[in-house]
Amino acid sequence: MSEKRTLKNLDLEYRLFKERIFVAFAIVILLVMVLISRMVYLQVYQYDVYSTKSDKNRMHVRAIPPTRGLIFDGKGRVLAENLPSYNLMFVREQAKDIQGVLNTLAEILELDEEQREEIATQAYSQRRPFHSALLLSQLTEEQIAKISVNRYRLPGVEIEAQLIRHYPYGPMTAHVLGYVSRISERDLEKVDRSQYAGTYYIGKSGIERQYEETLHGKVGVQTVETNARGRVLSVLDESLPQPGKSLKLHLDTDLQYAAMRALSGFRGAIVAIDPKTGGILAIVSTPSFDPNLFVSGIDSKTYKELITSRDLPMFNRSIRGNYPPASTIKSFMAIAGLEEGVITEGHTIEDPGWYQLPNDDRYYRNWKRSGHGTVDMKKAIVVSNDTYFYDLAFNLGIDRIHPFMQRFGFGLNTSLDMPQASPGLMPSRDWKRIKRKSSWFPGETLSVGIGQGYWQATPLQIATSMAVLANKGKWIQPRMVKSIGGEDIPLKTPETPADIVLSDEKYWDEVIDAMVAVVHSNRGTARKVGDKIDYIMAGKTGTAQVKSIKQDEVYDESKLAERHRDHAMFAGFAPVENPTIALAVIVENAGSGSATAAPIAQMVFDAYLKKGDKTVSMSEAEGRQQ
Amino acid sequence: MSTRDFLHRLPGATHAFQRPAGWLERVHIDFWLLMILFVLIGSGLFVLYSASGESAHDVQRQGMRFLVALVGMCVIAQIEPRHLQRWSPVFYFGGAVLLLCVLLFGVGAKGAQRWIQVPGVGFRFQPSEIMKLAMPMMVAWFLANRPLPPSWKHLFISAVIIGVPVLMIARQPDLGTSLLVAAAALFVVLLAGLSWRLIGGFIALGISALPALWYVMHDYQRQRVLTFLNPESDPLGSGWNIIQSKTAIGSGGLDGKGWLEGTQSQLEFLPERHTDFIIAVLAEEFGLIGVCLILMVYLAIIGRGLFVALNAQDTYGRLVAGSITLTFFVYVFVNIGMVSGLLPVVGVPLPLVSFGGTSIVTLMAGFGILMSIHTHRSLVRK
Repeated sequence: MSEKRTLKNLDLEYRLFKERIFVAFAIVILLVMVLISRMVYLQVYQYDVYSTKSDKNRMHVRAIPPTRGLIFDGKGRVLAENLPSYNLMFVREQAKDIQGVLNTLAEILELDEEQREEIATQAYSQRRPFHSALLLSQLTEEQIAKISVNRYRLPGVEIEAQLIRHYPYGPMTAHVLGYVSRISERDLEKVDRSQYAGTYYIGKSGIERQYEETLHGKVGVQTVETNARGRVLSVLDESLPQPGKSLKLHLDTDLQYAAMRALSGFRGAIVAIDPKTGGILAIVSTPSFDPNLFVSGIDSKTYKELITSRDLPMFNRSIRGNYPPASTIKSFMAIAGLEEGVITEGHTIEDPGWYQLPNDDRYYRNWKRSGHGTVDMKKAIVVSNDTYFYDLAFNLGIDRIHPFMQRFGFGLNTSLDMPQASPGLMPSRDWKRIKRKSSWFPGETLSVGIGQGYWQATPLQIATSMAVLANKGKWIQPRMVKSIGGEDIPLKTPETPADIVLSDEKYWDEVIDAMVAVVHSNRGTARKVGDKIDYIMAGKTGTAQVKSIKQDEVYDESKLAERHRDHAMFAGFAPVENPTIALAVIVENAGSGSATAAPIAQMVFDAYLKKGDKTVSMSEAEGRQQ
Repeated sequence: MSTRDFLHRLPGATHAFQRPAGWLERVHIDFWLLMILFVLIGSGLFVLYSASGESAHDVQRQGMRFLVALVGMCVIAQIEPRHLQRWSPVFYFGGAVLLLCVLLFGVGAKGAQRWIQVPGVGFRFQPSEIMKLAMPMMVAWFLANRPLPPSWKHLFISAVIIGVPVLMIARQPDLGTSLLVAAAALFVVLLAGLSWRLIGGFIALGISALPALWYVMHDYQRQRVLTFLNPESDPLGSGWNIIQSKTAIGSGGLDGKGWLEGTQSQLEFLPERHTDFIIAVLAEEFGLIGVCLILMVYLAIIGRGLFVALNAQDTYGRLVAGSITLTFFVYVFVNIGMVSGLLPVVGVPLPLVSFGGTSIVTLMAGFGILMSIHTHRSLVRK
């Protein structure tokens, strides 16, 4: 070492070192300048770019769904409410392995194959980026616990508290209210999509669908600050949603219950209308279904059972069921005859038990094969004589029957707020030429005269016609909704059909008197009902043929298949001096109107009228008949 | 003649520089370096409070580490440079043996073995940290007594001294640390007077060897390079870090969003916000002004370090002081460069600001050596 040391030139080494240090320091300064330049580039020149990027990171605009309006009955009881529910939400973008998360979920919640498919469909469904999809609703406490424990395995999965529609009366109001269910892509095509951001349900049928826009409300918008994991930390700005308006119906839940009970075990429908307001007090179609099943997502087995059942529980018979109105329309035929001068109150015919057209050897039978002897207008209605009405129809002719019956709403949907109601069918010469491509036969007029043949009407139409009759021609459209958001719906609208004004007001009384006698006289087809009530009812029974009976064949209920038996009907209103309820009852394949439908109708009338004042006594009712 | 008068005649000493009270000098602490370090550490803890999500606990832990490291620095400052010089080979070979142990039975995570677990106690450390100081000391020890600029033969021996541990660290694998260790040793060689022509040649050789490096790199290292070249190719994956840190820096603007107000950092969009990416927090909350201020503090430390090197009385001291200081700068440059997207992401913390214990101890030990060199100068120049 010592020999090498002699070679060291310390001054030179120091100078060299000093030079290197200065160069190094210069390079350090240079590199610091490079760093500063980079920062200037990012923080000054690119400031706007990165500032926007940073805001985009943290600020998210999200929709606040409005609260759906409630639905109340006429007495303020809640028919459709919003209950808190815990839903399983999923944001696809937050999960790297979507299928993996879904598999984990299925495993944790022990989902069956069908539920797995359902959550996969929802998870992959089309939506805006970073918007959550509803996988499962109405989680149980146990499910919530399981998900919470396994949260770390489930990126993108969140449990969200939401309001979910609930129908406390279930099947009782299913056909009236309809139901809400998950929005489908097809539903969204029909509505303003922006209004449905954050909403997972939409009205699918009934009032829920009819008043969708009103019930839904207006969506609110919220700008929120979220962290990197998407958790909302604060609300920066918001415009609150406008909750949907509540609806108040005319429906009387007590009466609805009574009607539902009266019809239980039968297929059929009941419609009860307040003639003064047109308000529907009860509207029942049996069998029914539980609308709550559709809200939370019905499983395919139950759904299949519902839609394939022969009893058609999903079919709203009350407004869409087309039935031959049968004898329930005889009162209107009588009014038409009186107004057109074809008959008078005292006009009589002789009934041998059949009717024949001139130059036609076909027998048109009275229901009582032996006939009713001498029959006037009142008797014709009271005993529901067919021969009288064959003759009346023949003399009126279809060209006068058709427009006259339309004035009572037959062949039309006269409802104010039920566009889905069927217009039924009021046949005419033109209709037959266009639809059936053939001419009208006089015999067909006779069938129409007793409410058979081509004539088809819904229970709603029959009840409506009874309401118009109760009002002596004054029209008020039948309607479900009484008020929207506290604002009453006007009684008369531009669409209200013209009132029926007869040339002589007494025609109304003549026909109504006959209908009172149907119930309260000892010959009346509904006399068994009349014996039991302490108010005065005007009514008309009806028995609609389902299977046409061949000439000379005798109808024998026991021989016919159940589905081919007659429909039992009853239509009427009460109390006669001041009608507060008009009613139509149809019981499918249940035999005669007097035996089956009239007692059912009586139960409904009783439920509505018995708690009210009873100023009319039986003796007065007897007196009126004279 | 007083010590003070004598010192003023030493090369490099200026009149502008006045040394304050002598008691610190006597306990071998350099006042200016200590002051600047306090400023840096103080600012660092301030930023850390924000970067850790207002965690007083983290700040306390970091503060404790600084206390321990400061004590360590003071202890090392007491050791005379000649003792350090004498023990250099021991540190070096001891470190090399430990590195060998790491390769044989080290523990680690994510496919890399970097730690040695001391049996019985829950303490583990990275021998590569020792090498960050032992390496330049060894090379300086080797070159200090030989004529400078170094001859080819000495250069070759130096290359071997440097190469073996560097390769061992690279094998762990820990490319970042191996390059830093190599840089520390290379600074010694450069400061020792390696000719510019050779430096130029090596740089050219290094650049031309870059493509070859691609083939020896691990997949994750290649991924980092690819991400560096195009972060947008995988914005939610590997590109996330750099995109978010650039966004944090850029959105800070000139004067920042304010302390604790950085949305990128406080809302956790910025990953590793209190460790490697802490400068992005500072840039977001204090803006360009804050970044420039912290860079000035770093520059002051480097200036002081180079001043110490210039005033060192022997070759060993000069080389070691110079190397420690320049290596410190490399940390700063690489960290800020990577966070701002100038360099690929390598795991280099921002010195004395990032949360984490190991690097603090090593760095402060280095400053202890600087202080020792500066305060043990004898009156007679060697």
